[in-house]
Amino acid sequence: MIKFGYAPVVSRTLDLDSSDFSLRDELIREVPSYKKCIGCGGCTSTCSAHQHTEFSILRCNMLFRRGKYDVLEKELDKCMLCGKCLLVCPRNVNTRDMIIKMRLLVQHKNKKQ
Amino acid sequence: MDTTMYNPFVMPFAFGVVILFLNLIISFVTWLYNLSKTQRKQVGRHIISWRTLAAIWECLRECLLHRNIFKRNPVLGYMHCSLAFGWSLLIIVGKFEASTYSGSFFTNPWLAIFFRYFEDPSRIFPHKELFTFLMDFLLAVVLSGLLLAVIKRFYSRLMGLKKATRHTPSDRIALISLWCIFPLRLVAESLVAGYRNNGGFLTQSLGNLLAPFNLPIDPIWWAYSIALCLFFIFMPFTRYMHIFTEILLIFLRKWGVVEEDKKTGYTDVELAACSRCGICIDVCPLNTAAKINDTQSVYFIRDIRDNVISHRIINDCLLCNRCVEACPVGIKSTKIRQIYREKKSFENKQYYDYLNPAATGSTTSGNKSPKVLYFAGCMSHLTPGIIDSMKKIFKAAGEDFVFVDEDKNICCGRPLRQQGFLDQANTLMAKNVQLFNSYNAEILVTSCPICYNSFKTEYKDLNIKVMHHTQYINMLIEEGRLQVNHSDKTFAYHDPCEISREENRIFEEPRNILRAAGTLLPLTNEKADALCCGSSLGNTVLSTEQIEDIRNQAMDVLTKDNPDYIVTSCPLCKKTFKKGLRNGPEVKDIAEIIIMG
Amino acid sequence: MEKFDIIIIGGGPAGLNAAMRLSNMNYKTLVLEKEKVIGGKLNQWDKLFPDFTPAIDVLKYLTENIKQENTQISTSTSVTKIDKSDNLWKVTDSNNNEYLADAVLITTGFDVFDARRKEEYGYGIYPCVITSVDLEKMLETGTINFPIETSDRRRRIAFIQCVGSRDEKSGNHFCSRNCCICAVKQAIEVKEVVPDSDVYCFYMDLRMFGQHYEELYRRSQQEFNVNFVRGRVSEIAPTFDNRVVLKAEDTLLSRPVKMTFDLVVLMVGMNPSEGTKTLSSLLDINDEYGYVVSQDEHVADNLTNKAGVFVAGTCKRQLTVPETMKDADSAAIEIANFLNRR
Repeated sequence: MIKFGYAPVVSRTLDLDSSDFSLRDELIREVPSYKKCIGCGGCTSTCSAHQHTEFSILRCNMLFRRGKYDVLEKELDKCMLCGKCLLVCPRNVNTRDMIIKMRLLVQHKNKKQ
Repeated sequence: MDTTMYNPFVMPFAFGVVILFLNLIISFVTWLYNLSKTQRKQVGRHIISWRTLAAIWECLRECLLHRNIFKRNPVLGYMHCSLAFGWSLLIIVGKFEASTYSGSFFTNPWLAIFFRYFEDPSRIFPHKELFTFLMDFLLAVVLSGLLLAVIKRFYSRLMGLKKATRHTPSDRIALISLWCIFPLRLVAESLVAGYRNNGGFLTQSLGNLLAPFNLPIDPIWWAYSIALCLFFIFMPFTRYMHIFTEILLIFLRKWGVVEEDKKTGYTDVELAACSRCGICIDVCPLNTAAKINDTQSVYFIRDIRDNVISHRIINDCLLCNRCVEACPVGIKSTKIRQIYREKKSFENKQYYDYLNPAATGSTTSGNKSPKVLYFAGCMSHLTPGIIDSMKKIFKAAGEDFVFVDEDKNICCGRPLRQQGFLDQANTLMAKNVQLFNSYNAEILVTSCPICYNSFKTEYKDLNIKVMHHTQYINMLIEEGRLQVNHSDKTFAYHDPCEISREENRIFEEPRNILRAAGTLLPLTNEKADALCCGSSLGNTVLSTEQIEDIRNQAMDVLTKDNPDYIVTSCPLCKKTFKKGLRNGPEVKDIAEIIIMG
Repeated sequence: MEKFDIIIIGGGPAGLNAAMRLSNMNYKTLVLEKEKVIGGKLNQWDKLFPDFTPAIDVLKYLTENIKQENTQISTSTSVTKIDKSDNLWKVTDSNNNEYLADAVLITTGFDVFDARRKEEYGYGIYPCVITSVDLEKMLETGTINFPIETSDRRRRIAFIQCVGSRDEKSGNHFCSRNCCICAVKQAIEVKEVVPDSDVYCFYMDLRMFGQHYEELYRRSQQEFNVNFVRGRVSEIAPTFDNRVVLKAEDTLLSRPVKMTFDLVVLMVGMNPSEGTKTLSSLLDINDEYGYVVSQDEHVADNLTNKAGVFVAGTCKRQLTVPETMKDADSAAIEIANFLNRR
């Protein structure tokens, strides 16, 4: 099929004004250590899943912080919960619980919609 | 007196018994109906076999004598035994007494229960004195058990328990009526004895004391009957349901029924079989080290039964299985926890679709039929000392091996399963099975107890012998392929949870190795009783501080006799202890110890 | 012409601390301060990082412990001329008074970067863009004044790091060292005054070098929910309701982000003060920014190439308050040695 005509260009900018921070706030309540992340990327570099895919805990964490949950559903599923990230994190963030709770929160949100 | 052997006060008792049996029948049928297909098949296969006899024997031992509780805590054991065994003998002997008295086995069912009231003291029947003595003796035994129960309720520490289990309102009614039954029976029988001189050493003595007061007899017999009735009616909704459920549980277990990934009728049986003895509270590291005392198996099971279970209670558990080891009823509460942790999958189910064959598996060796496959496990990649030592050991033994996850593999799936992600875990497992089976190897050696447990107990289609590296090293030593030099070093060995409980009991292999390499120190908690290091992947909700508390408790045991080395065989335990030790012994994996020598 | 043992030019923390030490060693000391009051920048700060000590406490300690009979303090006085005459230094002030002394200590300090020079951040143009110095003044009063009144919205406050630091565009290559930790401190204080607000901090690097700095940073995350975004703000634009939109790259996500804020705090860096620039060039001991150059950074950091001229504090380079105080301590020792040898 030949495509023609115009399509709007989607901006890549994360507009934080339109972000919904409710899930992030809920996550902060459930996994308080989540706040301590300094974005060093240690978790991501040791991640077994990251060896094979683009899956990045750091990216999931950051998107969640910015209140952007759209792509997370697909992403979070790739975690194997092996726990290596837990041993690497310099700030003692409970990364496994963070991923599990993120999954549940995103899942819950998508179900509501 | 009443020779018709009927008085209206027997009605509450009769009513209670009928309700109780109806309740029991409904519950048992529902549970059996809810068994899974495989579980029912198991029952069908084993119902007519020696296993049934073994089950009967175990019922006598556990349900009546409570041997397991005795072993752990003699006072608590006596309490359970005197109440259960004493009461059942009271019923049986009473039945014989009533049958002998009336000359027929099929007398009114209540005659045995209220025998002293209906007995004509002038009638002589065989062994009359013996019966009277026995019945009083048994009543005394039950009362002594009851006294302990009352003491335990108010002073739980006296029984060696640090914390008594909490009760719900329906529990309270059943508890109070149970407490009343036997004192009421004592008073009722004594009053009768006071008038008619038909009591034994206990009831007659008390009767003689009460006789001068000329108390009416019937009201106290009414009270006795009503107490029985209340207990029978409330019992199925309280923890006392364990009395009958445990019997069913023992039979099902003997017939080979096991807990499955999803909830079945067997789960309900296990839940109802908990007697809330509280033994699990005292062995739980969360309680003893981190002061978390509301999530233990007993509370977890109680909350499920009361339908108030919360996510926190479900998740706040190390799955270290110490409670399962200690449970006198043998309830697999950690398995039940995993069932309750089950999480729904995302609908798109796109997880791990990146797992094409090219992405996983070793690319380092073209050898497709080695003798040994070495799977270090995710965690071991953060403890390169273990991997390095294993490579040296393979080399020293001249082993023909392939390091499967040298380039890092996918996870074994157990951490996912522990958190209730069944679909995902199964996907990973299938992938790993495919990977391992693609080699033509004899032995799969892993350095990670989590992987070992997973391969051993959760993987179904693995055509390869699975060994933990302690077992493998021990085998090499025994076969003479590996020389270990004895040194003057002392070791304290920490048993990792995953290979020291339930069906995985790797105790002797590591100890053989360490005895060959030096002196192995005895510990206060070891083997199946070893403490968890705190970092278990089973628990995701503990805070860093709580994990440290649990770790310190385990480390206190290990460092008590100042060993030269704390030795373990789990990368996670090793990392945990290493973090906790500032000065003192070094922490080493058992493979590293071998290399040192 | 009055003669002193030592003339201290600049009555900020460095000058006052040196005056305190030297006057207690019974040296006759003169302090020249160009402002109406002594204390320098200590008068502009509310609380000091990382332990929230009130700046006024430090100033009070210094003034109370200066030995009065050995010290003369002259305010509203700046130095116009300084030259050597017979082994002594002659200092001429703006009132044409002349003083003689064996030694001179330069403690003329720093000025904050003029935020108007970073025009893209709109300081002086948008009312909701302020500097860290402005915020300090607000914190002193205990209220945060938002230019736009509202009651139905959670307030959003942004801190922008490295305004006039590490920025060749504003001519400052150096790191000002104080701003990272200062923003963390101020973010915590803002959250304490307006708990129902969201605070974002945009940074290039977070340089938590000092003792307890990292801990404070951690506390700001853990206890105060301060959000940190790694990325330099590129531009600030006004909204229809007179707030501003920040645009930055979230470098950890490799995605541009934008967000509207009620208040934007520019963490302005440190530049040599006018006095520092004047004196350093008068004495020909200036570097390319106008800072005073010490003789040797490792072993003679309070000496200059001019015998008898000493230097301490932020007229030399970017220092924190405790560092400044310690630098003045060591300057006092150097000066005492110098005077004893005479």
